[in-house]
Amino acid sequence: MPQLADSPDPATRTSAADSASAPDRSKPMITFENVSKSWGDNEVLKTLTFEVMPGEKVSIIGPSGSGKTTILRILMTLESPDSGVVTVNGKTLWDVKPGTKPRETKEMKAARRDVGMVFQQFNLFPHMTALENIMEAPVKVLKMDKEAARARATELLEMVGLSKHMGHRPPKLSGGQQQRVAIARALAMRPKVMLFDEPTSALDPELIGEVLGVIRELAHSTDMTMLMVTHEMRFAEEISDRVTMFDHGRVVERGAPHEIFKNPKEERTRQFLKAVLEH
Amino acid sequence: MIWDQAFALSIIPKLLQGLRVTVEITLLGFAIAAVLGLAVAIVRRIRVPVVARLFDFYVLFIRGTPLLVQAYTAFFVLPDLGIRFSALTTGIVIMGVNYSAYCAEVYRAGIEDVPPGQWEAATALSLPGTTTWGRVVLPQAVRSVVPVLGNYLVQMFKDSAVLSAITVFELLNAAQSIGSSNFRYLEPLTLAGLLFFLVSFPASYLFRTLERRLAPAR
Amino acid sequence: MSEILPYWAVFLHGLGVTVVVTILGGVVAVATAFAAGLAQLSTHRLFRWPAYTFVEVFRGTSMLVQMFWFFFALPFFGFQLTPMTAAVLAVGLNEGAYAAEIVRGSIASRPRGQDEACTALGMGRALRLRRVLIPQAIPSMLPPFGNVMIDLLKATSLVSLVTVGELTFQAQTVRNTTAQTTAVFVTLLVLYFVMASALALLTKWLERRFALDRPSGPRRRGAMRLVKVGVDA
Repeated sequence: MPQLADSPDPATRTSAADSASAPDRSKPMITFENVSKSWGDNEVLKTLTFEVMPGEKVSIIGPSGSGKTTILRILMTLESPDSGVVTVNGKTLWDVKPGTKPRETKEMKAARRDVGMVFQQFNLFPHMTALENIMEAPVKVLKMDKEAARARATELLEMVGLSKHMGHRPPKLSGGQQQRVAIARALAMRPKVMLFDEPTSALDPELIGEVLGVIRELAHSTDMTMLMVTHEMRFAEEISDRVTMFDHGRVVERGAPHEIFKNPKEERTRQFLKAVLEH
Repeated sequence: MIWDQAFALSIIPKLLQGLRVTVEITLLGFAIAAVLGLAVAIVRRIRVPVVARLFDFYVLFIRGTPLLVQAYTAFFVLPDLGIRFSALTTGIVIMGVNYSAYCAEVYRAGIEDVPPGQWEAATALSLPGTTTWGRVVLPQAVRSVVPVLGNYLVQMFKDSAVLSAITVFELLNAAQSIGSSNFRYLEPLTLAGLLFFLVSFPASYLFRTLERRLAPAR
Repeated sequence: MSEILPYWAVFLHGLGVTVVVTILGGVVAVATAFAAGLAQLSTHRLFRWPAYTFVEVFRGTSMLVQMFWFFFALPFFGFQLTPMTAAVLAVGLNEGAYAAEIVRGSIASRPRGQDEACTALGMGRALRLRRVLIPQAIPSMLPPFGNVMIDLLKATSLVSLVTVGELTFQAQTVRNTTAQTTAVFVTLLVLYFVMASALALLTKWLERRFALDRPSGPRRRGAMRLVKVGVDA
């Protein structure tokens, strides 16, 4: 598989247009300030506050229902917080006062452009080919010329090792192949932040490796900010700058990978890791 | 011999003329229904203020009242309001309006069947609303309900007979008029029924098979 | 509007006839649906093929054509039906043909375990159907039949065309007398809408009570008790 670092990386290639929003290394790329979210009686996020610096690779681990996925979904505006402020690349994504109804704003739309997401269920458009899936957003949103978009999509497909399949529709592709196309599709929009929501949880075990390989390349050869929710502990340890343990809507513990995995301070973290790593 | 074969054969051309009108009504009426129904379904789905509620009621009301009464209303009330259509036009429009309500429900089911992940992927890629609807959701939604729409097309073909009550000269009306002028109803009505059957049965069978073949994919 | 008020009795009379035709048509439809539906489940081709033909013929031709045929063409075979009879027959047989699929589908989708339990207990086919399969299938049939009743109600308007004095027919009479076209037809539409909505509410209630995915339906005597003995249904 061609290395992402060998060819000029489309994800972080800076152009005149890009440098206007090139990340300021000293300011956080993502901020969450007192963000709360409840589903009925269930408090999924409790006044969550945290920051992610530009270029950081952060893994979020924890049991199901702990709120980890909700963090990503709020960042991708798939869900709205009940209260709190969320910013991306200096722009306000969400600013919700408790008791008020969240609204979609122009600034939100601009901020959203800097975020890309890879879903557990891939969510490729089944009636379009792999190439068309990747071309759609650049043409319709970035107003890219169709030929330019096609060239870029071809390049991205090559980087995830799927040039042979560019004319195939999702039903003809394996889960691992679909997820790799999904990653290429997200990258086509040149996001500053990439979100991965349990990217390999829906895959057959033997297909997990090829997807992790692509994510690993992204982590090592780009300075994109990455936020990943995953159960693949060894992988998280390998590529993360920071690991955060989540439970019941709160951060239980955070730190460098080797700290969390080898020497967790909190009992809850220890419990969780013991249960997960035991099989 | 009760059946008069010679008579039966002699009236076929006139019946076929009526059949032509029936087919015309069906095709034009369904075109209206399919397009109008889609507009109604989309408006209801994105909940355009006021209009969506109106359309909700529109669908309920049309599905809750008989086609014949709707046809009578259009035929007799519209002229009072100054709108003078021919009986045929009135018939086509009323079939279109009536079936648009059923098509709207079919589209609604099709749209609801599109996995939420598709909408989420569109949001993640910042696709504008028109692209999300036009390039992602509707192609999937409509494709999945084509067999069901087909069944409604066949149903409209049969229901068009109701328009004979508002003097549209379709197949049933042709049969009735032959019957009343010759005082023999057996042949015209039986042949009319046969003609309805010969068109609708193969079509219905085709769409039912299509529906069954697409169903397992759900 | 006020010009047609004195004729409320005429409307009421028509309403009554509509209800009668709906109920009678409903009885014919249910009977037909069971006959044709069960026959299609039979192992004998002698039963299956006529049922299949009947269903396809009645579904494949227009109800109005069938009604006119019963009223105008049947006399040529020596049978002179009254308008009411022709109407009820056409409406009931037509709706019954569509509803046969409800009966057939409901029974055919009963879990295999029931069939096998009956065989193990030495029950014959007829007994199995009568005491086990049908009673269990009935709850899931009720909601779709609710929809059939709504269709029946709307279909009764067609019988005005064979001179049965139901609601639409009477409305035409009032219209011819008073020339209050708009008021009459608006009233007519509203009356049907109210009746159909009432039936729709009933159907929704039936759906909530008897939907297929509910594990426990109403407790019934007789057949249910028979099944519960020695079977892990």
